[in-house]
Amino acid sequence: MSASQLTLKIKGLRDSLLVTLPEGRWDDLRGLLLNQIQERESFFKGARLALDVGVQALHVSDVSELRDALSEQGVALWAVLSESPATEKTAQLLGLATRLARPTPEVPRAPAAVVEADKALWVDKTLRSGMRVEYPGHIVVLGDVNPGAEIVAGGSVIVWGRLRGVVHAGAEGNGEASVCALDLSPQQLRIAGEIALAPKQRKTPVPEIVRLKDGQLVAEPWRPDKH
Amino acid sequence: MSTVLTIGSGKGGVGKTTAVANLAVALAASGDKVVCIDGDIGLRNLDVIMGLENRIVYDLVDVVEGRCRLRQAMIRDKHLPELYLIPAAQTRDKNAVSPSDMVRLCDELRGEYDWILIDSPAGIERGFKNAIAPADRVVVVTNPEVSAVRDADRVIGILEAEEKGTPSLILNRLNPIMVKRHDMLSADDVVDLLAVKIIGVVPEDEDVIVAANRGSPVALDQKSRAGQAFRNIAQRLKGIDTPFLALDDQGNLWQRLFAGRK
Repeated sequence: MSASQLTLKIKGLRDSLLVTLPEGRWDDLRGLLLNQIQERESFFKGARLALDVGVQALHVSDVSELRDALSEQGVALWAVLSESPATEKTAQLLGLATRLARPTPEVPRAPAAVVEADKALWVDKTLRSGMRVEYPGHIVVLGDVNPGAEIVAGGSVIVWGRLRGVVHAGAEGNGEASVCALDLSPQQLRIAGEIALAPKQRKTPVPEIVRLKDGQLVAEPWRPDKH
Repeated sequence: MSTVLTIGSGKGGVGKTTAVANLAVALAASGDKVVCIDGDIGLRNLDVIMGLENRIVYDLVDVVEGRCRLRQAMIRDKHLPELYLIPAAQTRDKNAVSPSDMVRLCDELRGEYDWILIDSPAGIERGFKNAIAPADRVVVVTNPEVSAVRDADRVIGILEAEEKGTPSLILNRLNPIMVKRHDMLSADDVVDLLAVKIIGVVPEDEDVIVAANRGSPVALDQKSRAGQAFRNIAQRLKGIDTPFLALDDQGNLWQRLFAGRK
């Protein structure tokens, strides 16, 4: 299919534009998008853009390059939606949203959530300040979660490292969710609707697990015999 | 081989511009050919610290917008013949330059100079993106303060996400006496959180302020401790293994830091 036959779907959201790319070669699609924006400059100028790239697997360099090109046109890319896990990861690394805050009504969301609730997202790097990882299932981090980083999971959160950022487990109301870390000293910890602020700091950190017990967040050192 | 080295920090006021001026002076004094580019369009400072403000005729934006040739915007340093400054425009903003302009500009300078140092503005927006676009290496400057370290962490995360590699770190304005009293983060505390390679610890030194006001960077002052620290960092940038300064009279820095942990 040649680039000239491809068309973009553009839809207005509450405070941004959702552009859905057709299938095709990334270079063609990228060119097409930038062309459209150039041609309709007054329409796009100053817009916040969410881009649905379908199954396209994109590298960090692809997305960051596009974001820079868009910003030169006065368009801010804030979200990249994709069915490809690689692309979702890329977007998360760049601090872009991977889902729209309010799902569009015609997309039934509940069944998808049920399927995803038992899955886990594997994050094999340290999350630095300003990074946010959100996933409907569990989240496992192999690395530290630094102050200023955020983790939001529908299920439980495991941090194989130091947890010093903000963590929210059971974000959709699951009170069975737990949070564990080798060194548990978060800025703020939430499970379902309960919030705990930075708990006491231990001199020598021990692995701990936090659960919701009778409406209270309880942290306990990890002991093999007890669990 | 030339290296494009960008100095960034996230937080303002931690000493990016001071670091650029001093590293440029130290590298040029060691015999290398150096150009510095002030990336802080609209809030330029590097020219003041280098003492070149009254020699500015053309600036970075004039080059990018084709009002002059690159050569015409390059100001030769007062002290060192192989050191040049390309100043920022004061009357424009960051959007006057794009990341691809910066890449083109640096490509033009590559080959002729050993070092192209770029002074990034504070923040993580357009000006920062411009400054890191052409970088081969990035050095992040931070202070031993929780807020500066938090911002450095954010910047390091962005650099990693943009596949610029892990930057190295300069810890600026460390006060050994306060560290000893446990009133200030130590170099170990900072490295522990940021998990990056540290290439220099610069002690807090009044001479830096005096030198900046005089427009003659402290690295030119052979007696200054901060000046020595910057000269050592320049050596390390060149790949020459240089021991860290002993920041107080009892033992060297690392011994003291280890003692401080207990």
